[in-house]
Amino acid sequence: MSRFSTPAAAARIRQRKTVDRVFVVLMGIAAFIAVSLLVILLYRIGSSGMRYLGPDLINEFPGRRATGSGARHALFGTLWIMSLTLLFTVPIGVGAAIYLEEFNRRDSWFKRIIQLNIANLSGVPSIIYGMLGLAIFVPFVAVLAGDARSGKTLLAGALTMSLLSLPLVIMVAQEALKAVPSSLRDGSLALGATRWQTIRRVVLPQATPGILTGIILAASRAIGETAPLIVVGAAVMVNSVPTGPFDSYGVLPLQVFNWAQRPQQDFKDLSASTIIVLMGILISLNAIAIIMRMRAQRRA
Amino acid sequence: MAAPIPNSAGDRAAIMLRSKRGNQRLIEQFIQGGTFSATLVSAFTTIGIVVVLLLNSLPFFQQVSVGEFLTGREWQPAGGKFGILPLVSSTLLITLGSAFISIPLGLMVGIFLAEYAPRKVRNVVKPALELLAGVPTVVYGYFALTVVTPFLRSIFPTIAPLNLLAGAIVVGIMTLPLVSSLCEDAISSVPRSLPDGAVAMGATKFESIKDVVIPAALSGIVASFILAISRAVGEVMAVAMAAGLMPNLTANFLDGGMTMTAYIVNTSKGDLPRGGIDYFTVFAVGLTLFFITLGLNLLANKFVRKYRQVYS
Repeated sequence: MSRFSTPAAAARIRQRKTVDRVFVVLMGIAAFIAVSLLVILLYRIGSSGMRYLGPDLINEFPGRRATGSGARHALFGTLWIMSLTLLFTVPIGVGAAIYLEEFNRRDSWFKRIIQLNIANLSGVPSIIYGMLGLAIFVPFVAVLAGDARSGKTLLAGALTMSLLSLPLVIMVAQEALKAVPSSLRDGSLALGATRWQTIRRVVLPQATPGILTGIILAASRAIGETAPLIVVGAAVMVNSVPTGPFDSYGVLPLQVFNWAQRPQQDFKDLSASTIIVLMGILISLNAIAIIMRMRAQRRA
Repeated sequence: MAAPIPNSAGDRAAIMLRSKRGNQRLIEQFIQGGTFSATLVSAFTTIGIVVVLLLNSLPFFQQVSVGEFLTGREWQPAGGKFGILPLVSSTLLITLGSAFISIPLGLMVGIFLAEYAPRKVRNVVKPALELLAGVPTVVYGYFALTVVTPFLRSIFPTIAPLNLLAGAIVVGIMTLPLVSSLCEDAISSVPRSLPDGAVAMGATKFESIKDVVIPAALSGIVASFILAISRAVGEVMAVAMAAGLMPNLTANFLDGGMTMTAYIVNTSKGDLPRGGIDYFTVFAVGLTLFFITLGLNLLANKFVRKYRQVYS
């Protein structure tokens, strides 16, 4: 370091370089911690959950003892909630995105308010949606069913989850529509196609992979959320598989919640097995999303 | 005017075309109207939330004064004591504790991903974080009960079986991916020319990050912190499972407690009689929670918009 005029300057440079190196190591350690947290979590669930991971888990109902207990009702309840939620939230969410990105492209106060509103809705805690469902959808469904006691059914749960996942679907679908080059739209319109013809035949096919990603994200939320469903009446003590939207229901995360809180280790392990089923569904859904994203990128 | 009589093939084609155009216009209007109503659903959701929370907490505030609700130090709805401070203190401790984990760790991971990570490492870390973000919150509750609390007990033998510290730790882990991915986005959106200029002037990479990149990305980074805090305030299952259901005005992380969200979910499960005081109390607590998170989210939005304006 003789290039530097004074030993003090050389020392300062050495010190700065040391700080630089320490910093890199620290950042690396932080990333390592984050990844190891996931590994610990997965390892813990895997090692405890193997014990009860078997056909009983999807064939049986919850019982007094962990052995022979299953979460069949909850598995079907989760699938019902997911399907009904998508049935409501996909047309409304994609429709809203189409309106905001295709029919009403100009910036206006109306659009700005709607956009701000959607951003804020996505930050509202999920349990607040549950309370909205409790106050509105539960009595509404009870009237539909013609029975004052039967408001706490699949339909009320799915309507609640639909509102909950709506902002997500709208935002992701908007991004997908924004990514379609306007030259395609302009070309189609210039050839005499109407707005809707352009959307249906030109824009939507291009935006489909992105929109599907949004749908899968919404499905994941509908599967993983618990709190709002507890508020609108998902139940633990269900010993039958729901057969229609007016049936009472349980869901997998609620079963995890219930079993994890039992004092006996057996039930905690059963809870871990249920987590494996739950996360298995989530991971396969996300794998589909990733494959679709890669396909879309390859085509682009 | 009399309708023209179709007397040639050309005329017939023109009429068919005209009626087809009319149909198309109808379809256009129908679709536009339909998508417009879909857009309105989001507006009605917000209105619905505000109206439902206000209307249903009104009967509560007719019985309990706002002052008593906000400053009371005891929460025993069965005994007629409706001071929300114990619930707020639990929520606050869990939120602060989780921020101590998610903010420094998330920022560091964000910097690592944006500035240092080689492609191969990125390809491991990013999906891992995405998976961590996608884990349902009950799973974190399970993790708190079966891993974090037993571990904590080996360090603090006097810790309560259900305690705020375990809740804070799992919520911190849960919100870490949110902070790291938003920080990474904010840092990546800083034009490369800024830190490159600093390095060209003789700054080390650390100095270019500390003095150039982070100040430039600050609003996005701050927004990620606020959003993580807002998520922690609104988190339900993990905190209910980890910290328990005992209202407790405490500043000690080793105690159990009950957050606002845990009260709501615990009271509204099962058969909550519609129109009773418990029913209205749930909504009063929900209203408080809603205003806290709304304030935080609006603040975060303000920061996000600031950094978008500067660099894109």
